[in-house]
Formats: sequence, C-alpha cells, structure tokens
Amino acid sequence: MDNVTFGITMIIVGMGGTLLTLAMFSLVMMLLKKIFPMKESEGKSQ
Amino acid sequence: MINAMLDGLLGLTSGLTNLHWSNPVMILIGSILLYLGIKKDIEPLLLVPIGFGAILVNIPSAGLMEQEGFLRTIYEMGIATELFPLLIFIGVGAMTDFGPLLENPKIFLLGAAGQFGIFLTIGLALFFGFSQLDAVAIGIIGACDGPTAIYVTSKYAPHLLGAVSVAAYSYMSLVPVIQPPIMRALTTQKERVINMESQSQPASKTARIVFPIVVTVAGGLIAPKGLPLLGTIMLGNLMKECGAVSRLTKASENEIANVVTLLLGISIGATMDGRSFLNFQTLLILAFGFIAICLDTVCGVLFGKLMCFMSGGKINPLIGAAGISAYPMAARVVQREGVKYNKFNFLLMHAVGANTGGQVGSVMAAAIMLSVLQGMGII
Repeated sequence: MDNVTFGITMIIVGMGGTLLTLAMFSLVMMLLKKIFPMKESEGKSQ
Repeated sequence: MINAMLDGLLGLTSGLTNLHWSNPVMILIGSILLYLGIKKDIEPLLLVPIGFGAILVNIPSAGLMEQEGFLRTIYEMGIATELFPLLIFIGVGAMTDFGPLLENPKIFLLGAAGQFGIFLTIGLALFFGFSQLDAVAIGIIGACDGPTAIYVTSKYAPHLLGAVSVAAYSYMSLVPVIQPPIMRALTTQKERVINMESQSQPASKTARIVFPIVVTVAGGLIAPKGLPLLGTIMLGNLMKECGAVSRLTKASENEIANVVTLLLGISIGATMDGRSFLNFQTLLILAFGFIAICLDTVCGVLFGKLMCFMSGGKINPLIGAAGISAYPMAARVVQREGVKYNKFNFLLMHAVGANTGGQVGSVMAAAIMLSVLQGMGII
C-alpha cells in the first residue's frame, strides 16, 4: 500500500473511529447511570 | 610472564580502546536526563532509571545489551514481550478515578479530540519519508501516554524505542509549558471566562463497577488488537471500584507499578546506544513528538469550542486541552488558566473528566490504530 493511501486511511479511520468509539462509551455511561441510578443511601454517604 | 601481564593490562584498557565518539555524548545525555529527574523533578521515576540505563549501555565492552547481558535479559523479559507497559496500565487503572467523567459523560468526546494529533502526526511523518510502521510509532507520542507509546513502539518499531520513549515522557512533563500559549491563542476572552455549572449527577457504585467491564467488552470487540491495553487499564479500575480486592489494588498502584517502572526505565535507557541513537532521525522524532502534542491540544481546544457552541456557551473550551492523556497535569493546567481569567471559575473537576477521557481515548486510539493496521494487512 502506498504512503498516501495509508496516511489518509489512518487519519480518517483513526480519528473517526476514536471519536465514534468514545461517543459510544459516552452513551454507555449515560445508559448505565439510568439502569443503575444512585441509591438514596449512596447519596447520603457521599 | 611479561606477555601475560601486558595482556592483562590490555584487558583493563578495552573499555577505552573500544570507545566510539557517540558513547561519551550519550553518557552526557544520560547525565542530563539524571539532572532533569533529580534536580528539576521532571518525571524522576522514569528519567532517573532511563538516564542511568543510557549511561550503562554506552560503556563499551561491558556487553550489557548482548545476549546474556542483564539489561538484555530485562529488555527481553518485559519490553519485547510487552509485559511492562501492560503491568503499568493495571496500576494506572487502579489510580484513575473515572467519577468526574461518569458524572458528565459528554466530556468523553474531548478525550477523543485530544488524540487527533496522533493521526495527523502519522501523516506528517509519512510525508517526511518515514516508513509506515515507523510513522505509527512516531505518531503514538501524541498519545501523551508513556506505556501506550512503549507498547506500540516496542512491538512495531523497536529500533525507535529509545527516542520515542524519551520524547513521550519529556513532552508529557512539558505540558504546563506547551499548552497554555495554544489555549490562549485559540480562545477568546469571553470563552475563557465561561463559568461551568457544577456536576450534579454522580454515578452509583454499581454503574462504576459495570463501566470498566462494558468498556472492555465493547472496546475489545471494536479494536481487538488493542485489548491488552484496554483490558489492563480497565482491570485496574474494576479492582479499585469494586473494593473487594484492596490488597491487589494497592499492590498494583504501589509495589507492582514501582518495580515495573524501575525495570521499564532502565531497559528503555538500554536502547539508547550512541551508535544507533545519535542520528538525524532521532532529532526528527523529537520534533514530531512536540508537534503531535501541540496538535492534540489544538484539536482538543477546537473541539471544546465546538461543544461550547453546541451547548449554547455552557462549556468552557479551555477544558478541551485536558483531553490529552497526561493525567492529572493537563487538568491542572486548565484549572490554572481558567482561574487567571475568572477567579471564581473552578474548571478542575470538568478538566479531570476530560483528562480521564483522554486516558481512555489514548488507549482506544492506539487500539483502533493497531486494528486498522491489522485490517490493512500491515501487521
């Protein structure tokens, strides 16, 4: 594979992949907070 | 009898007679690293063993990096097998608090933007004639994360390990110098004084425990080549959050991390043999490492500006600079800059969130990079 194709692929897929994966993790976090909400006892202890 | 004595005396001079001009230069560089670590307190835990390792390996005829030399044994045991960076990652996970990130998950995106410098630098290194795998190793300096840089470089460009590691750790410690001018240049006075509301939705203990497991499985399925990196950091974090294995958590963040840091440092120093280290390529790698971290900061702050716009001015774009992995240094830099322009503005917790996002982001960026390389049939 030539360097130009390799470089462009790495930039687009790498940056896009990282952004999409972390966006997905962000959604996972929001979902986890909905599924496992803070219990009252935990809130008091904090 | 006299011949035997002469031969014996010759044995005592073999160090001097085999001295290459690059060896004293590298001994000087090793001494500078020791000075920076000991007197200037710049990453002393790493620069001291790296500096000393560099001195050791540049004393000729000792054979420390030859087949049965003790530095070669340590190198083969922990760097060639990638074990050391992974053991360090368990400790990193055990020391990292994802709480601020879990409270405000949107900030995770800044941790992705803070890694864009990695990929842009790969393009730049290719443009300057580096081979594809060498460019990958150079780009990874932009992860601002020593173990990640060592993991990737030792696997795919081991001849660059010394230069990449020194660049990664040196620039990490220079984050307080590198970032502020970029942050100021890319933001307006109005943006810098934005007061961010305090986070009010802490995550439950169960969510904190489930998070590393879900991230490991999801991240591993997306980028299996990087699972060792992601899996070890998340294992450390799971141990910390569950609270059931406090002895293991403490061992990971103290004893194991300390021993491995020593062995890692000395074996990185051992790769800095003057004959292979002192060349124009090393200077280029140091320059590209600097560019990579600058680009990370630029992309992080610009993404922060985008989030500021999208949120109707509720996000201070300065926190974008904390999207890199230098934890918690980058978060402290953001707090310090924020307070300069608005003394009632406490950005620290938001910046810590972005910073932990940057830690996961750097690992994910490396994982994605390796999986893309595998997909393209390069590794």
